[in-house]
Amino acid sequence: MTTADPTTATTQVYRVYIKATPQAIWDAITQPEWTERYGYGGRGEYDLRPGGAYRGYTSQGMRSAGAPDLAIDGEIVEADPPWRLVQTWRMVMDEVMAAEGFTRLTYEIKEGRAGVTRLTVTHELAGTPQLAVLMSGGREDEGAGGGWSWVLSSLKTLLETGSEIEFQPGAPE
Amino acid sequence: MTEDHLVFKALADSTRRFLLDLLFERDGRTLTELESELEMTRFGVMKHLHVLEAAGLVVARRSGREKLHFLNPVPIRLVHDRWIDKYTERQVSALTELKDHLEETA
Repeated sequence: MTTADPTTATTQVYRVYIKATPQAIWDAITQPEWTERYGYGGRGEYDLRPGGAYRGYTSQGMRSAGAPDLAIDGEIVEADPPWRLVQTWRMVMDEVMAAEGFTRLTYEIKEGRAGVTRLTVTHELAGTPQLAVLMSGGREDEGAGGGWSWVLSSLKTLLETGSEIEFQPGAPE
Repeated sequence: MTEDHLVFKALADSTRRFLLDLLFERDGRTLTELESELEMTRFGVMKHLHVLEAAGLVVARRSGREKLHFLNPVPIRLVHDRWIDKYTERQVSALTELKDHLEETA
């Protein structure tokens, strides 16, 4: 019997199959005009080179509810378009989560059969218990959104059908 | 078989739901760790894990020499968004029907 590495015990892995090209999925993750159309609906700005900055902004709806402009900050570790993106990621719009510090996020895109592409998101959340709860959807009842599975479900819907769901902060679906 | 069908089929078994519960409690476990929680042969647990992997509910990743199993909740979310939201005006009864359906086919 082996003891699990504390890092793996706090890692969350999410996978979704999307009928779209790897490039379309890459653009949806890294282009602000796409990031505004699914999930939490904020602009994501990437400087796609190692050491480049990542800034994830709050949506208009979140700002109307009193949120600051910046939601997430981080730095690019590795960018291999349209296959692999590794970055650091810190939630800064909440004081407690900001104090938990940086996490590591990896997007892996793999081309499959019949135009279906596999997207795997690995979020290493060691030492960030509050953020881990948020990202697993544990605060959805409070209107904090459903975390990664909800973000990826809406990404799939957007790319496959073109329809968008608008996030209403504080108002659970 | 459609994706939804694989998910429903995978969830329609109490051992597989128990495996998902174990991973929900603590993610990233090896086959040996999971096996120790069940009164079942290693081969039996492997077969159940394969069904869960085929449905996308479990993602296996290599970490050094070990193969770790992670719970992937996205397919459940998709089933939720596809089937539950659609019947939003009678959400509670739709959930009950889903529960009955899963228990019947278990």
